[in-house]
Amino acid sequence: MTPRDHVPLNSPVRSLFDDAGDGEVVVNLGPSHPATHGTIQVIACLDGERLTRADVHCGYLHRGFEKECESHTWHNLIPYVDRLNYCSAMINDFAYCAAVEALMDIEITPRCRDLRTLLSEYSRVADHLTCIAASLMELGAMTPFLYLVMVRDYIYEHMAQLTGARVTHSYGRIGGLARDLPDGWLSRLAEVLDEYEKFTARIHGLMDRNRIFIDRTRDVGVISAAEAIDLGFTGPILRSTGVPRDLRKDTPYLSYASLDFEVPVGINGDNYDRYYVRMREMDESVRMMRTLAPRLAEGPINVDDRRCTLPPKPLVYGEIESLINHFKLIIDGPRVPAGEVYVAHESPNGELGFFLVSDGTGTPYKVHCRAPSFVHMGGLHRLLEGYQLADVIPTFGSVNMIGGECDR
Amino acid sequence: MAATIPIRLDRASQPVAARGALEYLTTKKDELVGWARKFSLFPYPFVTACCAMEFMAVSSTPYDTDRFGAALPRFSPRQSDLLMVVGTVTHKQAPILLHVYEQMCEPKWVMAFGACATSGGFYQNYAAVAGIDRIIPVDVFIPGCPPRPETVIDGIMLLQEHIARSRHPIVNERF
Amino acid sequence: MDRIADRVREALTDRVASIESARDALVLRIAPTALVDIATRLRDDLAFDLLVDITAIDWIGQAPRFETVHQFYSTRYFDRVRVKARLPEQDPTIDSLVPLYGSARFMERECRDMYGIVFAGHPDPRPILLYEGFVGHPLRRDYPKDREQPLVRYRDRTP
Repeated sequence: MTPRDHVPLNSPVRSLFDDAGDGEVVVNLGPSHPATHGTIQVIACLDGERLTRADVHCGYLHRGFEKECESHTWHNLIPYVDRLNYCSAMINDFAYCAAVEALMDIEITPRCRDLRTLLSEYSRVADHLTCIAASLMELGAMTPFLYLVMVRDYIYEHMAQLTGARVTHSYGRIGGLARDLPDGWLSRLAEVLDEYEKFTARIHGLMDRNRIFIDRTRDVGVISAAEAIDLGFTGPILRSTGVPRDLRKDTPYLSYASLDFEVPVGINGDNYDRYYVRMREMDESVRMMRTLAPRLAEGPINVDDRRCTLPPKPLVYGEIESLINHFKLIIDGPRVPAGEVYVAHESPNGELGFFLVSDGTGTPYKVHCRAPSFVHMGGLHRLLEGYQLADVIPTFGSVNMIGGECDR
Repeated sequence: MAATIPIRLDRASQPVAARGALEYLTTKKDELVGWARKFSLFPYPFVTACCAMEFMAVSSTPYDTDRFGAALPRFSPRQSDLLMVVGTVTHKQAPILLHVYEQMCEPKWVMAFGACATSGGFYQNYAAVAGIDRIIPVDVFIPGCPPRPETVIDGIMLLQEHIARSRHPIVNERF
Repeated sequence: MDRIADRVREALTDRVASIESARDALVLRIAPTALVDIATRLRDDLAFDLLVDITAIDWIGQAPRFETVHQFYSTRYFDRVRVKARLPEQDPTIDSLVPLYGSARFMERECRDMYGIVFAGHPDPRPILLYEGFVGHPLRRDYPKDREQPLVRYRDRTP
């Protein structure tokens, strides 16, 4: 198909309203905008400074993840899945691997379960740090951004020691993990968590009772609990309205049933509550990590199942069965029995689910990612309407839209 | 009576000494302007995807693009001169990228930050543009998925060398 | 899971073709015309107040070709229900759940973009992940993965 000539800017989408009422102005924010975290476009109808209607457009980062899934093996999808919620890549890995393991009826080893829990919480801290740093910077607070990104950088370097990559780790494997912890990793973890506490103490000191911050975020972007559930909000946004729903507590998975942690909830459902819920959630995550790190179960990290785990290299080079097994797993992919499954984990944004349909081969028939950010974008207009244009920035920052996950 | 012969001031007819002097002057002028421009880059971070994480990391401590003069982002294309395309550009986003590029004034440079901006990365399908150089000219490609901050800094330094070596016509196309 | 299975069974047997307990949810297979009724009863009587996901599966080669999948979650009982309906290829229409759940707006738009499922009564059927002028439905099995539909003319890259 021949590409069309350069078309005017607003052609990829059609606005819901292009006639403004009396005295109203239609303004376009995005999709290339510093505060829309990449690729969201908000077409706003303004009455003075107040938004009367907001039309949210996403899809500018739709990269065809689900179509790619249908032409790769189950193993090869792990890097794609990483890039959904790229701020907390490991949680995507583990949720996807858990879904495939559920379809294959595989029970992961205790050490793998503990490690996945520990690393999920570590990724949650990294994601919340990014969200809070970015939204504070957009309000003008440059110093907290630098502090929080400093801690996040320690986390990234630490993850790179384990997985080889700073951001998109591709660490989960079907039936286990890529490799075990290197020596000294846990002692460095204790150091990083100490640094985290030092820096977040400063953030609390700078922001919690800051007059400007409170004025900009208190009673802005308010949503009620009933409305939040109707619009499909989950995660910190739902918890900020006072509803204590958290998949880690309600339907425990991995090692969460054995961990003692609180689920912080807000009062008003406004931006300030979302900021504070995320700060408290990070504290709870750190608490969980400190509890779990000394008592990680011993043993292998990969389940001993030839259907998904690559055989050890000496066997691959030594005996023909292992060679063929390795070859089949790499070329054809692990054979997952026909069926479907939906597995949801509590990602930093809310319920992250994978709906997998298998036709019995090593390539998926369908992979669908239930992305919390996408559903939240559907409800974003309710958070924006009625507030001022300048309130779009803190509200949008507090929703933590991640483009890779929203548009897939 | 010897009439005055008008001397056309084009390069070929100039006396050799004068020609060399002009070239020396333009070379020095280019070096000066190149030095100034390479150390005062105002990036427009056209941020879309995961590479944004590394962009945030490279802009802040400890990697710090401010050492290179390239820290202050300008979110208006009219005020920026380096278009950093950070992340995948999809076909839906492509008109916006072209629009932003066209709104920037000369001199401008384009940096393809990451594998997706360079070649589409591993998204070879109906949705992603397989490299932004299909749409706009690119000066430096930074590989990586996402690139480490050191790779980004290496890319910025390559771009700075390129700027330093380029010609910078200010008054007309020669000087 | 047995607790909700019994509750759902006694509340819904008349409108549901089959109910089975899968490993992660209760799966209801229904006729497309029964969707709004079932969803209303799930929400009001059985406390499934969160619409989690709407997607579809393209069973190319089979008739009916498409299968919509609606997933519900109860924030009170922490149970899940999956409601599936088969739609024919010539007329893949099913009722929209937007009057019941606000979250259905975006999810149904995505399903329509990707598969071409028409949600009757949806107030805003614009493309959401794709763009105006995109022809076809990419997640259908017969849409070639590499068929790009560029909006911007490619430039000449010869140096």
